[in-house]
Amino acid sequence: MIMKNIDTLLKDLAPRKFKKLGVIWTSSLIVIIILGIIAYIDQLIKGQIVTNMRDYSLWGIYISNFVFFVATSFVGSVTVAILRLTKNTWRTPLVRIAEIISLAAIVMAGITIMIDMARPDRLLNLFIHARLQSPITWDVIIIPTYIAISFLLLYFPLIPDLALLKKHFKEKSPFLSKWYGKLSLKWTGSKAQKIIQEKSIKIIAMMIIPVGLILQTIDAWLFSTTFRVGWNSTNMGAYFISGAFVAGIGALIVVVYILRRVYKLDDYITAFHFDKMGKLLVLGCLTYLYFNINEYLIPAFTASVEEEIHLNALFTGHYAPLFWAVTIGGLIIPIIVLLFKKGRRPKTMFFIGLLVVLGSWWKRYVIVTSTLLHPFLPIQGVPESWHHYFPSMHEWVITIATLAMALLIITVLVRYLPIIPIQRTLDEQELTETNKNPES
Amino acid sequence: MEKTNNNSRRKFLDKGLKLGFVSIIGGIGLSKIISKSNAQTEKNSHEKMELMTTDGTLVQVDSTEVVEVIHSTDHDKKYNVREGYANKKFVMVVDLAKCKNALSCQSACNKHHYITGDNAWIKIYKMQESKDTSPYWMPTTCQHCDQPACVTVCPVDATFKRRDGLVLIDNERCIGCRFCMAACPYSTRVFNWGEPGQSEVTLNMDMIQHGHEASSPEHAGVPSIKGTVDKCDFCPHSIDNGELPHCVTACPNGVFYFGDKYEDTVTNGEETLRLSKLLEDKAGYRMMEGLGTEPSVYYLPPTDRLVDFKDGLKHYTEFQSVEKPE
Repeated sequence: MIMKNIDTLLKDLAPRKFKKLGVIWTSSLIVIIILGIIAYIDQLIKGQIVTNMRDYSLWGIYISNFVFFVATSFVGSVTVAILRLTKNTWRTPLVRIAEIISLAAIVMAGITIMIDMARPDRLLNLFIHARLQSPITWDVIIIPTYIAISFLLLYFPLIPDLALLKKHFKEKSPFLSKWYGKLSLKWTGSKAQKIIQEKSIKIIAMMIIPVGLILQTIDAWLFSTTFRVGWNSTNMGAYFISGAFVAGIGALIVVVYILRRVYKLDDYITAFHFDKMGKLLVLGCLTYLYFNINEYLIPAFTASVEEEIHLNALFTGHYAPLFWAVTIGGLIIPIIVLLFKKGRRPKTMFFIGLLVVLGSWWKRYVIVTSTLLHPFLPIQGVPESWHHYFPSMHEWVITIATLAMALLIITVLVRYLPIIPIQRTLDEQELTETNKNPES
Repeated sequence: MEKTNNNSRRKFLDKGLKLGFVSIIGGIGLSKIISKSNAQTEKNSHEKMELMTTDGTLVQVDSTEVVEVIHSTDHDKKYNVREGYANKKFVMVVDLAKCKNALSCQSACNKHHYITGDNAWIKIYKMQESKDTSPYWMPTTCQHCDQPACVTVCPVDATFKRRDGLVLIDNERCIGCRFCMAACPYSTRVFNWGEPGQSEVTLNMDMIQHGHEASSPEHAGVPSIKGTVDKCDFCPHSIDNGELPHCVTACPNGVFYFGDKYEDTVTNGEETLRLSKLLEDKAGYRMMEGLGTEPSVYYLPPTDRLVDFKDGLKHYTEFQSVEKPE
């Protein structure tokens, strides 16, 4: 990397006002969110009759979207904590973006699960009458925990940068400068402060790995604790963790690519970083493929009648187009492309990332909705429309609004925070400099 | 100066805490000893009384130990909805040999629980295990499992298991997450997706008749509440009046038997039978026994049938189980 002094770093990386495109992007997100809120209020008034969920397909797009958000939030644990633990220094320009995605996703997961609740007015019952044996109570405990840890993992490394920004914006924008100052908690960069900060980050990074694994596993247990064909599987926990790995890295690649283009960060995020991310993604995809084989192919050998009905619907029946699209498009094609060095170039990676994210979203739709339509007893004595499920207009509008809200959180954080750690880049430069000097 | 000050404060706090702890322990010990010695001194100071125990033996008791008991006013009468009847275990037996899909059980249930949605709580399945085996009609209610999957997963204890075997729902507490519906392998639970749309006039009359103003777990559907789960409740409101559940009395063929497992008797209104003998003679079984849910509903296999399976087809509608006024 080319050496840069602090002024160029600040010039390149300090938050900038949005240009025309940014304003259009943000305002269209807000419009989508407002539409979603209107649809949600309508759902509150009329009840969930406005959805296409019914007694058989009793969970739908809200739950699959929730699972998608939970999965995507895993990126914080992976890139920040696991790469830190394995001493992969190339993570530096990517960690902040990963932390931002993680926080946005987990916050939206919490909101999405409440949208699915038919009586949100009784939310407090979850605490007043909580029963520890229910996986939902586990979720009630783990999601706020993960939100808190994700927030701290974003905030603590940010403090030195906030102090830098306070100085940087002193004349340009006193208002912003004041807020950066407040949030920087009187950071001076003294040795004592640095020791505390480093220690705290270390503890949080250690904590987020088990908490992240527990979060993904509990999410899987929501399904595997039921007597349902296709859910009641011991494979579920590991399957969800590897799926989350894929969804998270996929989302990271897409966001990193876009930010790199918009903010012209080619000097900081190079083809080398994409190559590394590509390797990480292909590792995730291969692991996920392994658990997919365990989940779908191996049960086909000893399938009971109910299981066979379910698998047939996936392999050749009603769900076949979607099932094969997410398996081939979201898993097999990325693996093939990413295994080649040429396939790990930034632009190709962007499209592969998009494919993976889309595949991950629809994959969860397949997991959630297909199983519910294959109960033990045949579906009889209910209207014909209850035999199928496809989301209603309300469900689509609300779900797209939650996705837009996640993007808005990311957008706002990107607007006001340095997306690449400034102080850290500086420190690392100095480190390589001092290491080099004796040699030369 | 500051340092020593700090230290002495710490020492003071430390000592104070320890002293407080010791004095509390000491105080408790002291009061115990005093109360014991008091009891001993009083023991020998008064005359004895003769009393008769419940099994008829006479005993002598020191008169100071005889204290008048405040007479309990709600003893035995107090009844907890979540506990249910003591010393009862309600069971149902469904004789598949007699069912001809008359649908009377379903319409009686729909009527008495004001079921207005698209899905009746009692369903009569057209079953055929494989193409070579004979088809039969199978009515299903809630199985009131002894190991209910729905109760396990409920996050707020809205659905609960009673000691008399019933699995009921507190619709005032349900948060509408539908996890219980996902957990139930018998697909027996239904959801109030929108306003239940029950006729208020008849509903109010019925509620006054049953003596409750608000929704009660013991009379599900009266009224149903938007955004909560409903299901067959085994009609504790009927049991309370000494009546059988609505489906049992409505069935023209005596398919349903209802009773108490502890009494080992079940009745369909016409004949009363020994439960154990009935299950033994007719090879009774429970639905999906392999899941370990331990249902309270037993089925008798469809052998020696009274009516032809095809007779039931004339009532069979594939996509409808609740009659709706046009």
